[in-house]
Amino acid sequence: MVTQTLERVIEEHPFFTGLDQEFMDLVLGCASNVRFPKHSYIFKEGEPAETFYLIREGNVALEIFAPQRKPIVVQTVGIGEVLGWSWLVPPYHWKFHAHAIADTRAIALDGKCLREKCEENHDLGYEVLKRFAQIVVHRLEATRFQLIDVYSAQK
Amino acid sequence: MTAAAAKLDVMVPLPGVVEQVTKETPDTFTLTVSRDEDSEQDVFQPGQFSMLWVFGVGELPISISGDPADRDKLVYTVRSVGKATHALVSQKPGTEIGIRGPFGTGWPMEAARGRDVIIIAGGIGLAPLRPAIYEVLRNRDRYGRLVVLYGARSPRELLYRKELAAWAQQPDTQVLVTVDYGGLGWHGHVGVVTTLFKYARLQPSKSVAMICGPEIMMRFVTRQLEEHGVTAANTYLSMERNMKCAAGFCGHCQYGPLFICKDGPVFPYTTIRPLLEKYEL
Repeated sequence: MVTQTLERVIEEHPFFTGLDQEFMDLVLGCASNVRFPKHSYIFKEGEPAETFYLIREGNVALEIFAPQRKPIVVQTVGIGEVLGWSWLVPPYHWKFHAHAIADTRAIALDGKCLREKCEENHDLGYEVLKRFAQIVVHRLEATRFQLIDVYSAQK
Repeated sequence: MTAAAAKLDVMVPLPGVVEQVTKETPDTFTLTVSRDEDSEQDVFQPGQFSMLWVFGVGELPISISGDPADRDKLVYTVRSVGKATHALVSQKPGTEIGIRGPFGTGWPMEAARGRDVIIIAGGIGLAPLRPAIYEVLRNRDRYGRLVVLYGARSPRELLYRKELAAWAQQPDTQVLVTVDYGGLGWHGHVGVVTTLFKYARLQPSKSVAMICGPEIMMRFVTRQLEEHGVTAANTYLSMERNMKCAAGFCGHCQYGPLFICKDGPVFPYTTIRPLLEKYEL
């Protein structure tokens, strides 16, 4: 019963929309429901990155810690988005702090488990990488836009 | 020149009195200006601008940011970035300034009737769009859903914060706000304005989009709108470029074959698109 609910949630999440049932079954084996209370840290910079999250509810701030400064929030990740891709790329360590700034519910996917399944089944690997590539491209574009600092340029 | 003749001459400023100056952000202020007689200047279309004279300093093109239904006053939101704008926002209540206008084209409120209205603003670009928001909220039955996407550099540079919160409480209205750089006290969205699209409840085929902000931001936004299915024909942008005479005489604001002051500042995207993509302009 729990698995069925999880399956529906994953199917309805934009990241896995349209995924073949065969792949969905493989993904499901690596998934679990998680909750993070407001102000808790989901992961911290430098820790091993073994999981990624499909956000179902709430809001997560990605923070960069700088000595003798307040943490800098570079991006927020909200409902329908994916949190974390460091599990996909060596050395598999988080590059930011992920701070739940609201009560947050998510589907956690075991990155190591999924990586192994992707190695065994390259069709699944290609499907997962295509989806992550799209996210990476959108975030790269947004980062370029952010770097232009357009509102300052109004001066 | 008599007052009646002055009213007919677009180059002659008519007097207005600064009633109030409100600080919006560290460098942006909203001026409320009253007119001492009934004037056509008090009737404006959302999106139009005035030329404001600070006597002894200079004249500035400033978008009208107040409610078009409020005929007793004119409201302007001004970012203090140079000598003339600094002088303007430093005016004390009771000081007289000169006003020409209103000038230019407005937002397509008639074309938007019966359709959803998507407002996308960056920085001080929310100011010329605020009259359109007032217009939609006052005449709720004439329009469909109102979606406001607003981005600013940081939380302290957000305009009209109380109003944004109040608009979000209105029926059939979605207000999404983001900042490029967040701080610890900010629990809202962080990311550029285009990252708000994934949260917006859009009905692209029945929407009209109105955009104002830095040109680069508007280019990014128009791409997103097209990706989401809002056609160029239903997209409008407000441009700002060196407006001096406001009547198409001086040519300072010439933009290809267009004069921003006279043919704009609000343009259909279909008209402005080939020019936005020209490096030389």
